[in-house]
Amino acid sequence: MVFEKVAELIAEKIDCDVAEIKEDTKFEDLSVDSLDITEIAMSIEDEFEIEFEASPDMKTVADLVAAVEKKVG
Amino acid sequence: MNFKIIGTGSYVPDNVVTNDDMAKIVETSDEWISKRVGIRERRVSVNDTTLDMGEKAAKAALENAGIEGSDIDLIVAATISADAACPSLACMIENRIGADCMAFDVSAACSGFIFAVETAMGYIERGRAKKVLVVCSERMSKLLDWSDRSTCVIFGDGAAACVLEAREDGFYDSVIHAKGGNDVINIPFSDGCSPFYKAQSEEKPYLFMNGQATFKFAVNSITHDVAELFEKTGLTKDDIAYVVPHQANKRIIDFASPKTGIDLDKWYVNIERFGNVSGASVPIALDEMNRKGMLKDGDKILLTAFGGGLTSGALIFEW
Repeated sequence: MVFEKVAELIAEKIDCDVAEIKEDTKFEDLSVDSLDITEIAMSIEDEFEIEFEASPDMKTVADLVAAVEKKVG
Repeated sequence: MNFKIIGTGSYVPDNVVTNDDMAKIVETSDEWISKRVGIRERRVSVNDTTLDMGEKAAKAALENAGIEGSDIDLIVAATISADAACPSLACMIENRIGADCMAFDVSAACSGFIFAVETAMGYIERGRAKKVLVVCSERMSKLLDWSDRSTCVIFGDGAAACVLEAREDGFYDSVIHAKGGNDVINIPFSDGCSPFYKAQSEEKPYLFMNGQATFKFAVNSITHDVAELFEKTGLTKDDIAYVVPHQANKRIIDFASPKTGIDLDKWYVNIERFGNVSGASVPIALDEMNRKGMLKDGDKILLTAFGGGLTSGALIFEW
């Protein structure tokens, strides 16, 4: 559930097909830079109604999803 | 009581520094800076002091208004890069333009112009001033660590000024915020050379900025300040002719503008030519718009800015 929503937000941000985004996809491979991740994190805050900070340690979609799941509980 | 802006002026140094020029100083590239921040070039002072730039902008605004320095009865300057702790930039501009009036500085970093206009409006409303010169001048290049590629590519030098005249007609309203802290943006002074002072800081006396936290603060500030101002005034996006945002990062504007509901084509952007000129960014843009003949009588203009402090604010006035 969290993965599907996060994948949608990433696809919307970088304007790609959501099917291209897998859990093990690296942000580097999507040409997503740190400001893109900040923008995605802010969209996550709106979507899930949580306080959420992106971290430089988040290298893959799975890293991001895990951090969101931790917040959502 | 309201005001009308009866004159604008700006000045930027002649020295154009392109992204390719920056790539010779730090490890960066035109592609990285353009994509990441939206800047292609900036102006960097070779001989102009902060006062020199402020004086030239002030004189241009007076000329545009068709008045003399002696007609001004208040000068409010906003700067974080003054040449001296004393006298204030406003007092030295008073000296250079031949004025004889109240003059003082306000400090609100990149929100400086908004805070200065808000201060000026207080004097206008109390009937204490009829013609106010608001000046923002920044030599950001002296505050930068030129070995830090994450910050030195972002900023530029320049100045701009406006002459505000008290009027019964017109429109003005604003929202102003400050959220004190130095963890996101900080520009410390040097500790001086007192032989008694023992709490010497290890911070360099240069600009520090947490880019991601600044980005988030900027987007949230624009979104909240504009919504709050619309709620306060009862105005809507359709009432606004132009938005003049602080020119910090093109991507902040691109990301924040849809959240306000105001079409991106109403947002005036010139960051690609000047970079972030702190408090002078908004009035430099306003002067460009004025001189291009874009602004018509009765147009409602929305200014929005955010910066160190952390400070933010938005105001709507009528041209």
